[in-house]
Amino acid sequence: MKNDLRIGFFLALREIKKANKWTTALIITVMVLTFLNLIVISGVLVGLIEGSTDANRYRYTGDLILSTLPKKNFIERSTYIQSLLENHPYVERISPRYAEPGRVQANYKNRTRLSDAIDSAGGMVFGIDPAIEDSVTHLSKYLVEGEYLDDSDADQILIGANLLYKYTPVESPGFSTLKNVEVGSRVRLVIGDTSREVTVKGIIKSKVDPDQGIFMIDRELKKIIGRNDNNVDSMAVILKKNADPKVVKDDLVNQGVDQYALVQTWEEAQPKFLNDIKATFGLLGNMIGSIGLAVASITIFIIIFVNAITRRRFIGILKGIGIRSRAIEVSYVIQSLFYAFFGIAIGSLIVFLVLQPYIAAHPINFPFSDGILVATFSGTLIRGIILLFATLIAGYIPARLVVKQNTLDAILGR
Amino acid sequence: MSIITIKNLTKKYKSGAGELTALSSVDIEVEKGEFLAITGRSGSGKSTLLYQIGLLDRPTSGHIVIDGRDALAMSEDERTYLRLSELGYVFQDYAILPALTSLENVMLPLLMMGVETKHAKDKATYALKRVGLEDKLANYPSQLSGGQQQRVSIARAIAHEPKIIFADEPTANLDSETSEMVLEAFLDLHKEGQTIIMVTHEKDYAALTDRVIELSDGKIINDFKVTKKERHKTS
Repeated sequence: MKNDLRIGFFLALREIKKANKWTTALIITVMVLTFLNLIVISGVLVGLIEGSTDANRYRYTGDLILSTLPKKNFIERSTYIQSLLENHPYVERISPRYAEPGRVQANYKNRTRLSDAIDSAGGMVFGIDPAIEDSVTHLSKYLVEGEYLDDSDADQILIGANLLYKYTPVESPGFSTLKNVEVGSRVRLVIGDTSREVTVKGIIKSKVDPDQGIFMIDRELKKIIGRNDNNVDSMAVILKKNADPKVVKDDLVNQGVDQYALVQTWEEAQPKFLNDIKATFGLLGNMIGSIGLAVASITIFIIIFVNAITRRRFIGILKGIGIRSRAIEVSYVIQSLFYAFFGIAIGSLIVFLVLQPYIAAHPINFPFSDGILVATFSGTLIRGIILLFATLIAGYIPARLVVKQNTLDAILGR
Repeated sequence: MSIITIKNLTKKYKSGAGELTALSSVDIEVEKGEFLAITGRSGSGKSTLLYQIGLLDRPTSGHIVIDGRDALAMSEDERTYLRLSELGYVFQDYAILPALTSLENVMLPLLMMGVETKHAKDKATYALKRVGLEDKLANYPSQLSGGQQQRVSIARAIAHEPKIIFADEPTANLDSETSEMVLEAFLDLHKEGQTIIMVTHEKDYAALTDRVIELSDGKIINDFKVTKKERHKTS
C-alpha cells in the first residue's frame, strides 16, 4: 500500500504538472464556486437571522435585560438593583427605562368631521436618559431623520419608523401607521387617560424593537404617568468584555434579583421564532449546499472519467509494465483531491479575508435585519472535509471503472 | 535450461460470426539467454502469442511456465508482480508516458518495485546511458524522435534487469537507420545473456536472432535455429 501511495503521488504530481494550466484553473474555479456555494448560501441565510439577533442585542437588550415581572407594573426595588448592578465587577453600563403603552395621534386638528377616524399608531413609550441610553444602545446612530434627544427637551419625542406610513407603508385592519407625520410635526401622545401634545424631534430605524417605540426624556414620561418613585420598567445592561452573560445572570439570581425582575440574557430575550427561523434557514442552506455538493461531485466524476478515458491506453501500459491498479487509482484520487484542496483553500481565503469582512462592513440590507455572513471556522472545516470526501469518491469511481478494464484491450485501444 | 515452457496454448476470440481461433495448440520451449524471433504474416497470431507469453492476456487453454512458475495458476496481482519484476516490454508504438521525462519513465517500474528513489534514479540513468540517451534524461517524449522514444522504452524494459524482454514489432514505426540502432541495442543485450522474444515481420531482422518461429493461422509452421552463415549474410 505504501508503494501504491508513492507511485500514486509520483504519477499524480506529474500529470498535474503537465496538465493544461487553463483546464486546471477552470476545474479549481468550479471547486471554489462549489465551496462558496456550500458556505455562503447557508451563511447568508443564517446571517440574516443572526444579524437580527445581534441587532436586538446591541440596539435594544444589551448583554442582559431586566424587565418587569408578569403581574407587576414595574421592577420593585429598582434603586437597590441598579446599585447592585453598578457595583457588579462584570457590569460596564446600565440604561434604566420607564415604559408605558401609548398612542400617537396625528390629524386630530385637521378633521373636518368628528366621525372621521383619528390618524393614530400604538407603541411602547420609553422614558430614557438620552446620554445613558445612547452609551448602551447607540440609539442616536439609528436616527434616519431629525435630531437625537437632549436632557433639556421637555415635549420632544423620537418616533420609531414602524409607526410611520412613510417607512412602513402597510394598511391593514388592526395595524395603523401615521401618515403625513415628519420631523417637526406636532402630535398628541396619549398614555392611559392622559395626553400631551409633543413634537417629533427625530425618527428611529434600527430594524428591531425601538422601531415600534416612542422615546422621550424619562422625567417627562414620569410626569405624564404620574410616577414619583424611581422604579423603572426595564434595565438594559452592558457587560465588560469577555464577561459571560449567563454567569452574571446566575449571580444576580443568587442575590435574589429574580424576585423583583425578570432577568434574561440577550439570547433568552430573543423572540423564539427567530431561533426557529435560524434553524430552518440553516437546514435550507444545507439543502442548497447539498445540491451544490452533488453538482461538484458529478463535475469531478466527469472530469476524472474523461481524463481516465482519454488516458485509457496509458493506464493499460502502466498495468502492462507491472504498475498495480491500486497505484493508478490513487493517482487519480490524488488529482481530484488536488483540485478540491485548492478549491477549498482559495474558497476559504475568499470567505474569511474578503466576503466576511466586507459583508460585516456593508451588511446586506434586509427589511428586518442587517444580514451578515455567518461562517465559523469549525463549520467551514466540516464542509471542507465533506467536499474533500465527496471529491475522493467522485475521483475514485471513474478511475476504478477505467482501471479494471482488460489490460491488453486498453493497450491496443480496443 | 528452459526459461519459458508453453504447452498446448490455444487462444480463441468470440466474434459476431462465432469463435475465431488466434492460436491453436502451440508448444514452445525458450532457453535462457535465447534471442527468439516470432514471425509471420499479418493476422498469423504472432502478437497474440507474445501477449499470452508476456502475461498481458489469458489464453483460452494450455500451460505457460515462466522460470518454473505456472503463470496461469497465478492471481492477477501475482501476474502483475511477475510482469513488474521479471519481465520487460517494448511496444510497437513505444508506449512511454507523455507526462513523464525519459528518466521518470524509466524510473517508474523501479519505484513500483520499492527501489529507493536515489538508487532508482541511478539505475534509470545507467539504462538510458546504455541506449545512448544520457543527454536526454530530462526530455519529455514530445521532445524526442521516434527512435529516441523507442530507446527510452528499451531502457525502461531493461532498467530493472528482467529475466525476459518481450518486444512487439519494435521497429515497425521507425525508419531503417533508426530501426538498425534499436536492433543493435537488442543484440548488445543479447550478448550479455539477456533472453529476448521479439515479434517482427522483417525477415532480415529475424535472421539476426538465434531462433525463428514462423506462425500461420495460429499454428507454428516453422521453428529453426539461425545459422551463423545466415546471420553473417544479414548483418
